[in-house]
Amino acid sequence: MASHANTSAAQPAILNEVNPTPFPRATLVENNRSFGWVTDKICGIIEGKTPTWWWVCFILACCVASFTVVGIIYLVSTGVGVWGHANPVNWAWDIVNFVFWIGIGHAGTLISAILCLLRQKWRTSINRAAEAMTIFAVVCAGIFPVFHVGRVWFAWYLFPIPNSNAIWQNYRSPLEWDVFAVSTYGTVSVLFWYVGLLPDLAILRDRFFKAGNKVRSFCYGFFALGWRGSNRHWSNYEMAYLILAGISTPLVLSVHTIVSFDFAVSLLPGWHTTIFPPYFVAGAIFSGFGMVLTLMLPLRAIYGMQDLITQYHIDCMCKIVLATGTIVGYAYGMEFFIAWYGANPNEGFAFINRAFGHYAWAYWIMISCNVITPQFFWFKKVRENTALVWILSIFVNVGMWFERFVIIVTSLARDFLPSSWGYYSPSIVEIFTFFGTFGVFSVLFLLFIRFLPVMPMAEIKSVMPQADVHGKDHH
Amino acid sequence: MSKLFPKSANKLPLQIIILVFIVGSLVAAGTTYYATNSYTNVGYAPVQPVPFSHALHAGQLGIDCRYCHVGVDKSAVSSVPAAQTCMNCHNQVKPDSPLLQVVRDSYASGDPVPWVKIHQAPDYVYFNHSVHIARGVSCVECHGKVNEMDVVSQDKPLSMGFCLDCHREPEKFVRDPKLVTNLDWKHPGGAAGQLEDGKKFVHDWNINPPKSCSGCHR
Repeated sequence: MASHANTSAAQPAILNEVNPTPFPRATLVENNRSFGWVTDKICGIIEGKTPTWWWVCFILACCVASFTVVGIIYLVSTGVGVWGHANPVNWAWDIVNFVFWIGIGHAGTLISAILCLLRQKWRTSINRAAEAMTIFAVVCAGIFPVFHVGRVWFAWYLFPIPNSNAIWQNYRSPLEWDVFAVSTYGTVSVLFWYVGLLPDLAILRDRFFKAGNKVRSFCYGFFALGWRGSNRHWSNYEMAYLILAGISTPLVLSVHTIVSFDFAVSLLPGWHTTIFPPYFVAGAIFSGFGMVLTLMLPLRAIYGMQDLITQYHIDCMCKIVLATGTIVGYAYGMEFFIAWYGANPNEGFAFINRAFGHYAWAYWIMISCNVITPQFFWFKKVRENTALVWILSIFVNVGMWFERFVIIVTSLARDFLPSSWGYYSPSIVEIFTFFGTFGVFSVLFLLFIRFLPVMPMAEIKSVMPQADVHGKDHH
Repeated sequence: MSKLFPKSANKLPLQIIILVFIVGSLVAAGTTYYATNSYTNVGYAPVQPVPFSHALHAGQLGIDCRYCHVGVDKSAVSSVPAAQTCMNCHNQVKPDSPLLQVVRDSYASGDPVPWVKIHQAPDYVYFNHSVHIARGVSCVECHGKVNEMDVVSQDKPLSMGFCLDCHREPEKFVRDPKLVTNLDWKHPGGAAGQLEDGKKFVHDWNINPPKSCSGCHR
């Protein structure tokens, strides 16, 4: 290619003299697999017979999801009082769960957008599943704010629709910013995911057509939008993908920044801090990569995808968990420092109360899971032990849920008026509704791995050694 | 892919976009017209137990609203008259009319005439008649020209937007409180004159209608 020729011509002569150590890039697809193998491997998951474990998991997930459905029907028919909220704690599990699920989605966007722009080629094996995870996490997250309004049939008041009540949204409220942040995030994530799917849907369409399965070929073909893989299609596709990556990049930072504003813009001690936006974004990416590991490691083991999700991929993800987990740990420390340095007695009390008050147990679960757990990833031995990585990733998920619980509930339970102080415990309806969202998420994710390609075939092929036809021989 | 999809499928995306646009516009227009108070409530004219004509009593005869709806200027609610009020005249005027049998029965037994309520403010709305009357909001602003109605019907949407139109710009509606029951009165100076006087009233009487949620949803 022309660009290659230019680089080699412009290479300074000094390189030959100093002879820098060659620093080999990790192979992203191992065992010298061919293009055909990649296609067969990924399409094989969809084309093969539905495995028994899939049915078992699917039925189990449906049962779990029914907890959310029943919980919500009960809430709507009875009233929002079936949740355990009471003065002064009027935000509790609903908002905790919302922030938890929204945070998880951030890894998908980071992988698809920022790592794409930074040309981190290892993203290709995990980006499709991570983006699916993002969308399903947003679905689970959306349930909570929509239903915590109580009269869910008025939830459309959140959107600027002209109405006969002549009322309009309060744009000074971060809760309204949140509506736009999350709905934009959901829309762009779906678009990004779908655009990336186009070439792979066309592959499936053609393979089912060749196999004589007209119905499935028609279904994939409908959504493939007539993709033929012409140069013009690829050129438009690459441009669309790049533009969407550009749009998504600020979203990685903005969505959780605005979620943090829900708290930071208020005046409550423990919430009203400027560190919240970066601290929330780091926490979101931390929890998101935890969830990616939780999902991808079993998938890799079940479908024998060790050649596609290599040790190098796991290393990269563990290192991101380590980096973001350490940032989160730093933020916990800095919150305490500022509470002392700021010399505001209310702020100081809020933090001492967090660590040593009635909710100390939640605080120390959070610290153990979020600050100590990721430190294990310093060790190569740990990163290479897949089972251990998976267990640690579960701890990350648990810890990040508790982080939101600690932030939201401890500050509210000890507000400015000691006479109204309280202790919040969730009701059984709240617990079941949250438990059920894991079922909702699993149902969607299982459908995804059964019917859609879990990895972007075309993109993986582009980062394989075979794609570089001239090999290392720079001419 | 011609084996799988006909050539006409190429037009499908455009067709879908056009369809979504058309259906969306129809839904928006339909909702605006059919699902708001202007359609669902305006014109509600139930059959009343007595064919009482406001056009005759308030219009031709010129009986003041407050002769029957006693206390509307002093109380939160506007009262519906007892049969006694009717009988003040009707023991002399048409005392044997069969149309008035229900009124005479009510007068004899003490059970109220079962009038059907037309203007219904929801339970979650606080509305006080007297404060509006006292600050010169005429009956006509919400009830329309009742003095011309043989059968009373709801004339205004009475939606929240309708209330807020006046709460946000009271100067367009307020008048001298002496004229509130004169349903035919219009400012002789037209819209400009109304605005000029209205602004003066709003300032002089310190009219500050609530625009926050808790003003009416208490």
